Amino acid sequence: MSEVLVVVEATREFGVKKVTLEMLTLARELGTPSAVVLGGSGAAEALRARLGEYGAEKIYAAEGEEIDGYLVAPKAGILADLVRRVQPAAVLLAGSQEGKEIAARLAVKLDNGILTDVVALDADGTATQIAFAGSTIVKSRVTRGLPLVTLRPNSVNPEPAAADPAVEQLAVAVADTDKLAKVVNRVAEQKGSRPELTEASVVVSGGRGVGNADNFKLVEELADLLGGAVGASRAAVDSGFYPHQFQVGQTGKTVSPQLYVALGISGAIQHRAGMQTSKTIVAVNKDAEAPIFELADFGVVGDLFKVVPQAAEEIRKRK
Amino acid sequence: MNIVVLVKQVPDSGADRNLRSDDNTVDRGSANNVINEMDEYAIEEALKIKEAHGGEVTILTMGPDGATESIRKALSMGPDKAVHVVDDALHGSCAVTTSKVLAAALGTLGADLVICGAESTDGRVQVMPHMIAERLGVAALTGARKLTVEGGTLTIERQTEEGYEVVTASTPAVVSVWDTINEPRYPSFKGIMAAKKKPVQTLSLGDLGVAPAEVGFDGATSAVVEHSKRPPRSGGAKVTDEGDGGVKLVEFLATEKFV
Repeated sequence: MSEVLVVVEATREFGVKKVTLEMLTLARELGTPSAVVLGGSGAAEALRARLGEYGAEKIYAAEGEEIDGYLVAPKAGILADLVRRVQPAAVLLAGSQEGKEIAARLAVKLDNGILTDVVALDADGTATQIAFAGSTIVKSRVTRGLPLVTLRPNSVNPEPAAADPAVEQLAVAVADTDKLAKVVNRVAEQKGSRPELTEASVVVSGGRGVGNADNFKLVEELADLLGGAVGASRAAVDSGFYPHQFQVGQTGKTVSPQLYVALGISGAIQHRAGMQTSKTIVAVNKDAEAPIFELADFGVVGDLFKVVPQAAEEIRKRK
Repeated sequence: MNIVVLVKQVPDSGADRNLRSDDNTVDRGSANNVINEMDEYAIEEALKIKEAHGGEVTILTMGPDGATESIRKALSMGPDKAVHVVDDALHGSCAVTTSKVLAAALGTLGADLVICGAESTDGRVQVMPHMIAERLGVAALTGARKLTVEGGTLTIERQTEEGYEVVTASTPAVVSVWDTINEPRYPSFKGIMAAKKKPVQTLSLGDLGVAPAEVGFDGATSAVVEHSKRPPRSGGAKVTDEGDGGVKLVEFLATEKFV
């Protein structure tokens, strides 16, 4: 069977991201998964065991400052060479900012079609995409080149399948034209131990109704009790209650967790665009007419400052 | 500094948006067509740079005749002029071919700096800045929440999952911005009147030396096979809190095995 290249997304703190495990699971349906690690020195060895656990038969690695010290372009260059050499059946990347950007450059380098926000990919190359804020299902195909696809996080259920991959180090020769955007600093902003927003199985979000930044502690508390990530509506972010990287909606992150909890969020179309493909939605809002209740599988009309602490207490009791 | 801002006309993200049933392209008739929201932040950033460092701001749009409306709206914020790439053969173009056309148009404009929104609200694909930079062989600084210009050196703060990256490049470059970067100005009455007289140059594929077969449906590198509306969600149980709302919520979560 042909190789399917899975471009690994990982973080320094948590290692292989869940979307990578989803891609490996999907790749096994299409061919033989080969993971591609593009990062700092030693990255592949550190990730090898985890990638093997989810069925990577082989790992290609390109590592070092030449890769890590510049924005995106060196990774696309290395990947283009690899694709030309191994002629894979498909190339899968994460549907993140960086995944989409690498795929963009790869598409131009190879004059190859690209499909983003894919939630399923058939063996014949037909992809399913979710468009227009979750309202439309699109089936599409790459008509020039191989299926080059970015997978939306939380689309595939990751399933382990043990393999013992060997690491093949790729020659790192980065063209000068791929070294034009230099990363001079990486600054970590406080985030704690919560799962990443787009990957989390549970997301608890707060809106304007939370009232102020301090009250977001309530949202965080419930998120922690449910093992979830914290999100915020645009209204809450614009009001300065919570940082922008946690914004869910049309101009923020799109999330598709098993459970989405909306607290003090009216459910404007801007917000719905980022969360309406969630599996189960629950909402607490004092306005019985709030549009969020049209989406919610379970809604509580009431004061979130009473309902949420009581819910938190009840969860603690049951634990 | 010669700045070009990429502006895309999109169906209003607040309306019910559709794909056409005949050729699977975006239905421009089913919703109001407006400037892609993120592009307004790109225009604002360009105007701020012009105000601080001098130069000229040009709007570049690829789109059908009707996109003129959005071009005038963009000009009313303050840019100097606009270029509209319009050609019937462009209908049905994919992202890869669109980037080819925009890169060709940028080649005629000699920009020091190209600024665009990080994504459009219709496709949300986020690929255009890097595709264009790749074709032009210039740097791409993408996902900026802050942009600093010092001479010919550009520095951005790029939002990431873990925090942010500081990324730097020399001009010429492509920069894409998120809506956290500034607060776009509203067009003034004077601005709206002035926009009517600002030059809008139209360019055809022939002007750009791009063959019709390279774009549109013929040149597309991907195709929509079919599409359908997702069934709308229907609301479930809704209870009014009578002192036990929190408990009831957790009872629901327990039946769904989340607790």
